[in-house]
Amino acid sequence: MDFFNALILLLNYIFIPALTYGSQLALGAIFVTLIYGILRFANFATGDMMSFGTMVTILFTWYFQSLGISLGVLPTALLAIPFGIFFMILYMLSIDKFVFKYYRINKSPPVQLAMVSIGVMFVTQAVVRIIIGPSDQRFFDGEKFIIKAREFKETTGFNEGLALKSTQVITVLVTIILVSLLFWFLNKTKTGKSMKAYSDNEDLALLSGIDPKKIVMITWIIAGILATIGGALYGLDKSFKPFTYFNNMLPIFAAAIVGGIGNPFGAFLGGYVIAFSEIFLTYAYKKFFMYILPESMEPESLLQLLSTDYKFAVSFSILVIVLLYRPSGIFKGKVL
Amino acid sequence: MRKNLNVIAAYSIMMALIILVGIFQSWNIALSIFNLCLISAVMTMGANIQWGYAGLINFGIMGYTALGGLAAVLISVDPVQEAWSAGGFDIMMSLWLIIAMVLIIRFILKRFNKSKIRTYSIAVIIISGILLIRFSAEPGIEAIEAVNPAKTGFLGGFGLPIIFSWIVGAFFAGGLAFIVGKVALGLRADYLAIATLLISEIVIAIIKHEDWLTRGVKNVIGLKRPAPYEVDLQSTDWFINLIEKFNSGKLELISNLSDRQLELNQLVIEGSSIFVKLCYSGLFLTVVIILLILTQKALYSPWGRMMRAIRDNEEAANAMGKNVVKQHLLIFILGSAIVGIAGAMLVTQDGLFTPGSYRPMRYTFLIWVMVIVGGSGNNFGAILGGFAVWFLWIEAAPIALFLINFFTAGMSETHALKLHLIESVPYFRFLMMGLGLLLIMRYRPKGILPEKIEIK
Repeated sequence: MDFFNALILLLNYIFIPALTYGSQLALGAIFVTLIYGILRFANFATGDMMSFGTMVTILFTWYFQSLGISLGVLPTALLAIPFGIFFMILYMLSIDKFVFKYYRINKSPPVQLAMVSIGVMFVTQAVVRIIIGPSDQRFFDGEKFIIKAREFKETTGFNEGLALKSTQVITVLVTIILVSLLFWFLNKTKTGKSMKAYSDNEDLALLSGIDPKKIVMITWIIAGILATIGGALYGLDKSFKPFTYFNNMLPIFAAAIVGGIGNPFGAFLGGYVIAFSEIFLTYAYKKFFMYILPESMEPESLLQLLSTDYKFAVSFSILVIVLLYRPSGIFKGKVL
Repeated sequence: MRKNLNVIAAYSIMMALIILVGIFQSWNIALSIFNLCLISAVMTMGANIQWGYAGLINFGIMGYTALGGLAAVLISVDPVQEAWSAGGFDIMMSLWLIIAMVLIIRFILKRFNKSKIRTYSIAVIIISGILLIRFSAEPGIEAIEAVNPAKTGFLGGFGLPIIFSWIVGAFFAGGLAFIVGKVALGLRADYLAIATLLISEIVIAIIKHEDWLTRGVKNVIGLKRPAPYEVDLQSTDWFINLIEKFNSGKLELISNLSDRQLELNQLVIEGSSIFVKLCYSGLFLTVVIILLILTQKALYSPWGRMMRAIRDNEEAANAMGKNVVKQHLLIFILGSAIVGIAGAMLVTQDGLFTPGSYRPMRYTFLIWVMVIVGGSGNNFGAILGGFAVWFLWIEAAPIALFLINFFTAGMSETHALKLHLIESVPYFRFLMMGLGLLLIMRYRPKGILPEKIEIK
């Protein structure tokens, strides 16, 4: 019995939150890695682009809510996401046309493109804050919990409750569907394969008749889908605040590099590596050991490896260690 | 003279803008803009040494700034005796443990050849060391933080004049840069950018949450000043006389004696804060000029030529027998140390240390905008960038307000769009920074005052 209680404790406080957070990071990390692999620069505007897509989604959610349209138990935002994606892609393509294209054609060094992306970051941040403001926005509606902690306790008789939020299930499900679609696209379709070829060797790809304009456009379209969905899922699960999105850029970068930058599958797993290690290292295991150890050995301290304040620091330290010992990432990405 | 015409013109325009602010808004605002411009200029000089001289990208400026600020706290605050007696021993023990750990790792690195076992044993030592330190320091930290938490709750500093912290801040930042440089400098440019950005976030996390050292988010306020206090000035005779002499013409016009006294008091209050700001300006200007002379000398010395050679072609420089790795590390430390000075200056001017206010937008990316806009590789350009961008950053809101009013003049005062726009005026500064950076990078990629190498 105690053993199951301990298990439920871990499930409730570590496994489910980490899986959700990891999915959100994974979507962002694939976005970063695609831009890096195909357009060849580190996009510092990642977090703010995600907040732009989320902002449009929120605006449409509010509009639908005012019209009285809803999905019943599901959040209305799911209905608004396609519109968010549409405007996100539009925004990205116009930024590419007016800003990035010039440097790409001139074959500028990646550092210069990264600097330019900082300019884009400033502009996007301003646009988002001017339109929706810097404060917290909640746009979740529908049924909040699938399993409530109290009901779980009552029906099963365990001491520990298990809470499962609907947003957590939606996040994981949508991530699985989206990522499998993406990998199918990259590995099986002709366009996807040509994207991979372009990423591996640009000159050779051009020689074999691949149209770079098309590749770049499709990359931005995929990036727009990933950014909007990733951002909207994060906003649904937690809440939407432009500054948090900017900050999320850092663990996302960490995930992309840990997984091996330029490698979408690595980025996908990298998201979970970062999320799980953040939560594993900052969780206080006192209660867990209270269940599995006999009473005489009960721990006195919190048994927390690091205080939760260092959540971000954990992922960054992992990144630094990976950069030192395995610069190409866990799954071989582009060598530095 | 003729060669430098654009430099002189650019600086005159900048000065004229600040003077215009003084005339139209107030001299107080103008001087506080000027002071922060000077601090920004120091930061951009640091970043410019790294990026402009050597082509090293450092997105960790925020971390070095914060370390400089920490130095200001540790130097100037009086030591808290109670806290030292409560937990000083534990902290000192942890310090010895850290030193011992570093020495053991160093020994292993020197003694054994590179192998998997060596790597793993180092990892084990680090992890067990951190756990050991954490558990041994815990009671001491709790004891320190329990000492009068509303006012102190930390170890305090050395109680020295705050001016010293400018040098100590440079050493702190340089020390961090040494570690970061050893770890990360081998990385390619954009990875280095990400790595330094993340390391600076770690530094901020530590400063924010190690309350026994920095008071964390509880902030340290009321730091000692190198300049006189306004309140003291207002009751000093020579200062009142000075103000009276300065404004004699204006005061003569008021015939009523009590009115004149009131007016004088008002002028003294205004004058005192301007005087204090002028003191700061003098100090900061001295630092900027000293640094400018040093960096200019370095730029045109054989060392500067070598740095440019390394920047432009690492392989060739290496082939000529220059130690690229060592020089990169050196310049990384030098640039970061200068940023550390700026961090200490900033805290000195504010008189308070607020770890929560260190955000990458303000302390990393804005500084980079300054360097790029001003002109990387050119010290005068970098300083000008610091001035121009900071000026715009502050004055963006009034400019945006004016533009909004101008373009929405046709709308009624209560129009929803107009109200919304006026409400979001503070965020137009991000827009201006972003557009400015994009335009400069597109049409004048070398900055307002481009790098210019004269061979003498």
